[in-house]
Amino acid sequence: MTAPPDDCLARNEWICGEYLSTRRRILLDAVLQHLQLTTVSVLIGLTLAVPLAVLARRWGWAAGPVLGVTTILYTIPSLAMFSLLLPVYGLSATPVVAGLVLYSLTLLVRNILAGLSAVPEETRQAARGMGYGPIRLLLTVELPLALPAAMAGLRIATVSAVSLVTVGAIVGFGGLGNLIYAGMNTYFKAQVLTASVLCVVIAVAADLVLLGVQWLITPWTRAARA
Amino acid sequence: MSTLAGAWQWLTDPAHWAGDDGIRHRLLQHLVLTVVCLVISCVIALPVALVLGHLGKGGALAVNISNVGRAVPTFALLVLLLLTPIGTWGEGPTVVALVLFAVPPLLTNAYVGMREADRDVVRAARGMGMTGRQTLFRVELPLALPMVMTGVRIAAVQLVATATIAALAGGGGLGRIITAGFNLASTPQVVAGAVLVAVFALIVEGIFEIAERLAPRWARGTR
Repeated sequence: MTAPPDDCLARNEWICGEYLSTRRRILLDAVLQHLQLTTVSVLIGLTLAVPLAVLARRWGWAAGPVLGVTTILYTIPSLAMFSLLLPVYGLSATPVVAGLVLYSLTLLVRNILAGLSAVPEETRQAARGMGYGPIRLLLTVELPLALPAAMAGLRIATVSAVSLVTVGAIVGFGGLGNLIYAGMNTYFKAQVLTASVLCVVIAVAADLVLLGVQWLITPWTRAARA
Repeated sequence: MSTLAGAWQWLTDPAHWAGDDGIRHRLLQHLVLTVVCLVISCVIALPVALVLGHLGKGGALAVNISNVGRAVPTFALLVLLLLTPIGTWGEGPTVVALVLFAVPPLLTNAYVGMREADRDVVRAARGMGMTGRQTLFRVELPLALPMVMTGVRIAAVQLVATATIAALAGGGGLGRIITAGFNLASTPQVVAGAVLVAVFALIVEGIFEIAERLAPRWARGTR
């Protein structure tokens, strides 16, 4: 019989290089699932949020109900949300994605609507005076001007989604959350710490990427300041 | 539809309301946990934010702390705390994690509210010979109150939500009904628990909404 190895895994230390090298495959899979869940949910949320915000802007009476419903959705805790969606979609990634879509929808609709409402009336009138139709006005004047506010919403939604994915561990699709959940049950310190740190790294990286995207697609905000 | 009917049946069964695992006990736990943590975080965050806002210092810290708070997953922090020595204190990890999550919105909103108090009014107060303390309590604080209350409201709702996640890490509260339902593979119980939590969160939001409506005009948020 061989003696049990005396490495940091056996001593259950918080920081463990051995863990990183032996569980690389598992970590990579978890990170990929985490990124996938986040990206898919935020993209679906964005696709739904833009038309909703535009409609709410066009018809003033729709703004109240749209904002009200999204606020109520946002109040529902994530654990409850994933569990409520569970009987509808079964034990799969879908309840997690659906829940995250609903959360990002709230933040996005709110911010896009704020951005659209902040477009100066003079600008709109000037465009109309130049012969812009309503569609062209929306696509080439109003939406670009709403971009900074929309991007702010997108950044908040993405960072929140990265952190909320972990709760998806309750239905088995939580990306790094699965590792945290498993690590909690076995008191595996290195796994919990590594997965948590990776979550924060993903959130910060996603935020920086979006900040870069915003810098690239809104050159006029820089020209104005310079 | 049968799931909803099952959940309703589960909720209305008196046997599920009694006992240590009963709905009544879990509701009470959830409420106590939320209130205790809200009070602790207010005691920590508000004085700091009011003083920083009054002095006009530490703005970057006060504003950025809520961005950092958003990036750290609640669940991860809870589990991390659970594995540290704090984990042996019973509800210790839950309380610490909840307080850490309620402090950022309180701090940011109170600070921004203090800074957004009309500078002309503040200067007028100083011109009238008010001391720093008098300016803080009689001028800036009343003007900042709507923002401070918005922060308290956000923190309260966030606390209710986060207290649910505590159940994943073995804490008490309504989330336990959901996790117990998962362990029993009882979909009606999971749905019943989720409905209870959602209703609880909406009630807290509603209470703040009503309080804001009933507040005197000057203390109301401009939304």
